[in-house]
Amino acid sequence: MCVCVCVCVCVQSGPASLPAEDISTNSNGPKQDSLFDDDPEDLFAEATEEVSLDSPERDVLLSDGPSPAITPITPPTSVITPRIGLAHDDMFTHSSFDEIEEEEGGDSFDIHIAVSDPEKVGDGMNAYMAYKVTTKTSLSLFKTDEFSVKRRFSDFLGLHSKLASKYLHIGYIVPPAPEKSIVGMTKVKVGKEDQSSNEFVEKRRSALERYLMRTVKHPILLKDPDVLQFLESSELPRAVSTQALSSAGLLRMVNKAADAVNKMTIKMNESDAWFEEKQQHFENLDVQLRKLHASVESLVCHRKELSVNTAQFAKSAAMLGNSEDHTALSRALSQLAEVEEKIDQLHQDQANADFYLFSELLGDYVRLITAVKGVFDHRMKTWQKWQDSQLLLQKKREAEAKLQFTNKPDKLQQAKDEIKELEGKVQQGERDFEQISKTIRKEVSRFEKERVKDFKTIIIKYLESLVQTQQQLIKYWEAFLPEAKAIS
Amino acid sequence: MVGLCLFSALTLVFVPSERSVPDSAGPRGQEGLDDGPDFLSEEDRGVSPRAVNVDLQTDATLQVDISDALSERDKVKFTVHTKSTLPNFKQNEFSVVRQHEEFIWLHDSFVENEDYAGYIIPPAPPRPDFDASREKLQKLGEGEGSMTKEEFTKMKQELEAEYLAIFKKTVAMHEVFLCRVAAHPVLRKDLNFHVFLEYNQDLSVRGKNKKEKLEDFFKNVVKSADGVLVAGVKDVDDFFEHEKTFLLEYHNRVKDASAKSDRMIRSHKNAADDINRIASSLYSLGTQDSTDVCKFFLKVSELFEKTRKIEARVAADEDLKLADLLKYYLRESQAAKDLLYRRSRSLVDYENANKALDKARAKNRDVLQAETSQQLCCHKFEKISESAKQELIDFKTRRVAAFRKNLVELAELELKHAKVKGLVTVRSR
Repeated sequence: MCVCVCVCVCVQSGPASLPAEDISTNSNGPKQDSLFDDDPEDLFAEATEEVSLDSPERDVLLSDGPSPAITPITPPTSVITPRIGLAHDDMFTHSSFDEIEEEEGGDSFDIHIAVSDPEKVGDGMNAYMAYKVTTKTSLSLFKTDEFSVKRRFSDFLGLHSKLASKYLHIGYIVPPAPEKSIVGMTKVKVGKEDQSSNEFVEKRRSALERYLMRTVKHPILLKDPDVLQFLESSELPRAVSTQALSSAGLLRMVNKAADAVNKMTIKMNESDAWFEEKQQHFENLDVQLRKLHASVESLVCHRKELSVNTAQFAKSAAMLGNSEDHTALSRALSQLAEVEEKIDQLHQDQANADFYLFSELLGDYVRLITAVKGVFDHRMKTWQKWQDSQLLLQKKREAEAKLQFTNKPDKLQQAKDEIKELEGKVQQGERDFEQISKTIRKEVSRFEKERVKDFKTIIIKYLESLVQTQQQLIKYWEAFLPEAKAIS
Repeated sequence: MVGLCLFSALTLVFVPSERSVPDSAGPRGQEGLDDGPDFLSEEDRGVSPRAVNVDLQTDATLQVDISDALSERDKVKFTVHTKSTLPNFKQNEFSVVRQHEEFIWLHDSFVENEDYAGYIIPPAPPRPDFDASREKLQKLGEGEGSMTKEEFTKMKQELEAEYLAIFKKTVAMHEVFLCRVAAHPVLRKDLNFHVFLEYNQDLSVRGKNKKEKLEDFFKNVVKSADGVLVAGVKDVDDFFEHEKTFLLEYHNRVKDASAKSDRMIRSHKNAADDINRIASSLYSLGTQDSTDVCKFFLKVSELFEKTRKIEARVAADEDLKLADLLKYYLRESQAAKDLLYRRSRSLVDYENANKALDKARAKNRDVLQAETSQQLCCHKFEKISESAKQELIDFKTRRVAAFRKNLVELAELELKHAKVKGLVTVRSR
C-alpha cells in the first residue's frame, strides 16, 4: 500500500556513524532513530510521523528505499521512521509529543465525521448496507474541507484490523470496531423492513459514527494513511479477511487462543508500581462498567415494557370511558386515556435516549477497556521477548566461553557474531519495552481524559433529556387536571 | 433463612392517622424496620384511608374505624373501634380485635340474608396477601452474599417499604368495608354487625372447610348458569334494562382496565428498581475513581437515587389512586350485578307464581296457597325493585364522586412528582 509519510526528521549532530546495514536488516528498525537524535525544532515542525511496522510492508519499503536513510535531511518522503522516540533521549519523545499537542491546539482539532444514509445495495444473501461517511474538517491534512464516501461494514472492520496490527503491539490503544452480528445482518439482507431491522441498522450506524470519531480523535491514528484513505478515497479494496469464516478469521481465533494460554504462563516482575496500579484500576473499572451496563440495559428493556403497557392501559381506559354513562366522567376518562397515550410515547422516547446515549456509551467503554487490557498484555509480551533474548544471550556467552578453550577459531568467530547480534537484540528488546511502557503511560492518561470528557458530556445530555421528559409530563397532567375537576 | 426470620419477628403496629399527630416514623416494627417513612410522606398518612375509594358521610350515631393493626406471621389482627350513640350498644365507645375471616363471615351473612336481597352488599375486602413480598424478602436473603452491604440495606429498605404499603392497603380496605356497612341505613342495624362490633371474644368463625368450599363452588356454578338464563328475560322497567346492559359492559371494561393498570404499574416499579441499581453502580464507580470525575459520578448517583425514590412514589400513587380505584369498582360493580341478578330472580319467581296462581284458579285448587305465595313474590319483587333502584342511583353517584376525587388526586400527585423530578434534575446539572 502506498504510504505517504510526513516525517519528523531530525538531524543529529552527534556521532552519525551508524552503519546503513542496520536499516536494511530486519531488526526492529528504530536503530536508525539514533540518527535523528536531536532537537526536532531544528527542522520540520511538522511533527507528523508515520509508522508501518508490518514486517512485510516494512521489508518492501526498506528494500526500495535505502537511500533516504543515508540522506537524513531530506524533506518528507517515503522514509519510514518509527515515530517512537528514542531510549537515548527522553526529551525527544517529550518534545515531539508536545509539538503534536500544540499543533492540534493550533488547529483546534476540527474534524467531524458523520455516518448517514444507510442504503441497501444488492439483493439476497450478497446484499449489504452502504453507509455514507461525510467528513467535515479544516485540518490541513486533508485535500478538501468536506467530502464523503460510501463504505460498507466490512470496510470499517478492515480499517480496524489494519490499525490494530500496526499499533496495538507498540502500545497504542486502538478503538475497537463495532461487533459483527450475523443474525442482525441476515435479517436486513433478507429484506424484512420491520421495526427490529430498522433499529438494528440505526444502532449500527450510530456505533460506526462513534467508532470513527473516536479513531480520529487519537492524534496518531488520525494521521495514519489507512485512515486517510478510508475517509477520502472513493474506492477501497474489499477487506476480505474480515469475514467471519475466512481463513484469516480462523487464524485470528487460533491466535487469540494461543494468546490466552500465553498470558497465563507469563509471570512478569513488575518493577513499575504505576503499571500494577493501573492494571488493577482497569480491572475494577471493567467490572463496574459491565455491571452498570447490564443495569442500564435492563432499564431500557423495562421502559419499553412500560411504554407498551401504558399504551394498552390507555386503550382500556378509553373503552371504559365509552361505556360510562355519566357524560362528564366519560369525558374525563377519555381524556385520561389520551394523556396516557402521550405518556406512552414519552416513555418510548425516553427509552431510546436511555439506550443510545447511556447504554451504548457504556458498551463502547467496556470494549475499549478490553483493548486497553490488550495493550497491557502486549507490554508483557514485549518484556517476555526481551527476557528471552537476554537468556539466549547468556547461554551464547557461556557457550562462547566454553569455545574459548577449544581450538575452533571459525566456530568461535561465529559464536562472537551471534553474540553481537544477540546483544543488539537484547538492547533492542529493552528499548522496545521502555518504549511501549512510555507509550502506554501517555495513552492511558489520554484515555482517562477522554473517558472523563465522554462520560460527562453524555451524562449531561442524558440529564437534559430527562428534564425534557419531565416538562412534557407536567404539561400533560396540567391539561388533564381541569378535566378531572370538571366532573360534577 | 434470613428472610423468614425477619418476617416472623415482624410485628407492625399501625398508628391511626386521624386521631394522633402522625409522628414521622409512622408504623413501627422491630428488627430494625426503620424508615418506611421515606416512602410515606406526611400527606399520605394525613389522608384517612377510608376516604380513598368511597365518599362517605360520617354519621355521629355510628362511627366505625380500624384504630390499630398487628401483622403476625400468617394473619393480621385488626382492632375495630366503634363510637356510637345508639341504644343497642352497652357502651358508647369500645374496641374489639378481629381477623380477616370474621370480616368474611360478616359479609357472607349479609349475602345469605334474604331481607337484604334488594341492597348492594358492600364487597368483602380481599385477603391480606403478603406472599409476593415474603418471596422477595426470601430471595433477598439468599442473594445477600452477592451484593455489597449498601445495596443489601437499600433493597431491604425497599422491600420493607413495600410490605408496609401492602399492609396499609389491606387495613384501608377492611376499614372501607366496615364504613360502608355502617353508613348504609339498613345494614347498619343488622344484628350480626352489632355482634361483630361488640362481642369482645373470639367469634370462633372458622374458615370454610373443604366440604363447604365445594358447596360454595357448586352454588356459584348454579348461580352463574341461572344468571345467564335470567339475564335473557327482558325487563319491563326501562331503567333496569338499561342498568343491566350498562353494568355488564362496565364490569368487563373495569376488569380489563384494572388488569392493564396493574401491569403498567408493575413495569413502572421494575424501572424504578433498575434505576436503584444504576444509582448504586454509579456510586461505587464514583468512590473508586480517583479523578475529579468521581465527584461528578457521586452527584449523578445521588440524582438517580432521588429519581428512583420519586419514580417509586409515582408508581405507588398510581397504584393507590388508579389501580385500587378500579379494583374496588370492579368488586362493587360485581356486587351491583349480583343485586340485579337477585332482582331478576325474584321477578322470574313472581312471574312463575303468577302462572301458578292462574293455573290454580283454573283448576280451582290450592287457590289460597297460590295466592299467598304470589302475594309474597309480588311483595318481594316490589321491595327489591324499589330498593334496587335507589341503590343503583347511589352507586352511580358514589362512583362518579370517587372517580372524580381519585382522578383529581392522581393528576395532582403526578404533577407534583413531575415537578419535583424536574427540579431535582435541573438542580444537579
